[in-house]
Amino acid sequence: MIDVDFSLVNWSRAQFALTAMYHWIFVPLTLGLSFLCAFFETIYIKTGNEQWKSITRFWMTLFGINFAIGVATGIILEFQFGTNWSNYSWMVGDIFGAPLAIEGIFAFFLEATFFAVMFFGWDRVSKGFHCFSTWMVAIGSNLSAVWILVANGWMQNPVGMAFNPETVRFEMENFAAVIFNPVAVYKFTHTSSSGFLFASLFVLTISSWYLLKGRHIEMAKKSIIVASVFGLISSVFVAFTGDEAAFEVAQQQPMKLAAMEGLYKGEKGAGLVAMGILNSAKKPGDDQDAFLFEVKIPELLSLLANRKPGSFVPGVDDLVYGNKDENVMGVNAMMKKGQLALADLASYKKAKKEKNDVGAAEALTRFDVNKDYLGYGYLSTPEEAVPSVPIVFNAFHIMVVLGSLFPVIFAAFLFYALKGTLTEKRWLLPIGLISGLLGFLAQQSGWVVAEVGRQPWAIQGLMPVKVATTNLSTTSVQVTFFMFVAVFTLLLIAEISIMLKQISIGPEGH
Amino acid sequence: MLEASGRVYAFYRDGFRRMTLGKTLWKIILLKLVVMFAVLKLFFFPNYLNTNFLTDEQRADHVMEQITRQADRNN
Repeated sequence: MIDVDFSLVNWSRAQFALTAMYHWIFVPLTLGLSFLCAFFETIYIKTGNEQWKSITRFWMTLFGINFAIGVATGIILEFQFGTNWSNYSWMVGDIFGAPLAIEGIFAFFLEATFFAVMFFGWDRVSKGFHCFSTWMVAIGSNLSAVWILVANGWMQNPVGMAFNPETVRFEMENFAAVIFNPVAVYKFTHTSSSGFLFASLFVLTISSWYLLKGRHIEMAKKSIIVASVFGLISSVFVAFTGDEAAFEVAQQQPMKLAAMEGLYKGEKGAGLVAMGILNSAKKPGDDQDAFLFEVKIPELLSLLANRKPGSFVPGVDDLVYGNKDENVMGVNAMMKKGQLALADLASYKKAKKEKNDVGAAEALTRFDVNKDYLGYGYLSTPEEAVPSVPIVFNAFHIMVVLGSLFPVIFAAFLFYALKGTLTEKRWLLPIGLISGLLGFLAQQSGWVVAEVGRQPWAIQGLMPVKVATTNLSTTSVQVTFFMFVAVFTLLLIAEISIMLKQISIGPEGH
Repeated sequence: MLEASGRVYAFYRDGFRRMTLGKTLWKIILLKLVVMFAVLKLFFFPNYLNTNFLTDEQRADHVMEQITRQADRNN
C-alpha cells in the first residue's frame, strides 16, 4: 500500500469536484448565451426592428450577470493544483503551461477588449462594430474553452509527450498531437455544443415563465424561436459529437465505456442498454447478474465502440482479468509491467544519487520498455482500476435520456411558436419552465461520466489520483472544502437573486 | 495617437460611470477577487512545492521520491 491517507485523496477529489461543478454552472451558459446574443443582435442589424435590440440587450444583461459571477472561479482549480495536487501539478506543468497560457491570452485580448464594447458601446460605436464585438466575445469565449479542454483531453489520453526522469516531468514533444488529440477534439466539440444546448434551454425556461405570466409575450416568442432553432441544431451536433466521443472512449478508455454500460462480461454483438437497473451488489469477477432489469438495443454498443456490428466489446471482467481469446490484456498483467517500470525508475533514482551514470542509463533503458504501464505499478489490486460502475452508468444514462428529450422539446416549441399557438399550449410551457434545470442536470451528468469514469486515474494509465495528491493533513483539505461550500453558496445566491430580479424587471430594465 | 488614446479612455470612463447593474456586478467581482487572492491563495492555498523547496532540482527530487516510494512496497 502506498503511504497516503485515502480519506485525504477523497477529500481533495471532493473539493476539486465541488469547484469544477460550480464553475460548470457558469461556463456552458457563457458559451451558449454569447452566441445567442450574437444571433439576436444580427437579426436586429438585418431587420432594423428595435424590438430585437431590446431582446438582445435583455439577454446580454443576463449573460453579463452570469459572466460576472462566474468569472475567475476556474482559477480556484489552479490553486488546488498547486496545493492539493502538487505531484501531478509538477509532472504536467510542461504540457499544461502552453494551453493554459494561450487560454489566458485569448481570454484577455478577445473577451476583455470586445466585452467592453459589447456593454459600453451601445449607441457609442456603429451598429456593425457593436455586432462584430458581440460575435468576437462569443468566439473568444469558445476559443478559451478549447485550451482547457485540450488539457483535460490530454489527461484522458496522454499523447505527444515523453517522460523525462531527469526533470520528473511529462514534456511536450509534439504540440500538434496534443492539440489534435482526438479525445480533446471531441471533448471540445461535445462540451461546447452541449453549452449551446443548455443556454437555449435557459432561454426557453425564462421565456416560458413570461408566457405563463402573460408578460413580454412578443419578446418571449421571438426568443423562443431563435433559441429553439439554435437548440435543435446544437442537439444534433451534441448527438454526433457524443457518438464520436464515445468511440474515442472505447478506443482509449475501454474501462470507462464498460462502466458507462454496466458491461461486466464482454460480448460480441453487444447491445446498448436503453434502460436498466443495476445490481448494486455486483462486483468484478463474481457470477451475479449485472442488472436486476434491463432493456437492450441489440448490436448497438458494438457499432458505437468499434463501428462494426458483431464485434467484441470488452467488459469490466475482461479488462481486469484479461481475455486471451479476444487479445485483451488484463489489469493484473499490466500491474506486473507497471511494477517493473516503477522498480526501474527507483533504480534510476538510486543510481543518479550515487553518481553511477552507467547504472542510471541501464535502468532507464529497462524503464522505457514498460513505461507506458507506469501507473498500474501503483495499484494494490486489479479491481482498483474499476471506477464506480453505478455512478458512471446512471450519470451516462441520465445524460443520454435527457439529451434525447431536448430536441423533442425544441421541436415542439419551434412548431407551436411558428404556428402562433404557443401561448395556448399550457401543457408545454411548464415543460419549458423546467427544461433549464434538466439541461443543468445533463451538463453535470456529462462531467460525472467523464471524470468519475476515468478513476482511478489522474493521467490515464500513468498516474493514479493517490500518487497525484500532496501529502497534506486531511483536516486542512476538509476546512477549505467547507469554506468553498460557503463561498460558492453565497455567490450562487447572489447570482440567482440578481438574475431573478433582472428577469422580473424584464427587457426594459437593462 | 494621443487623441485615439483619449477617446478610448473616455469610452471606458463613461461606460463605467453609466453602469447601473454593472456597479453591483463589479463589486461582487472585486470582492470575489479579494477573497480569492488575498485570503484563499495567501492563507489556504500556498503552492506546496514553491513554498517548501527552493530550487527546481529540489522540487524534482521531492516528486521523484514521492512517485517511487511505492517501488519499495512492491518488492
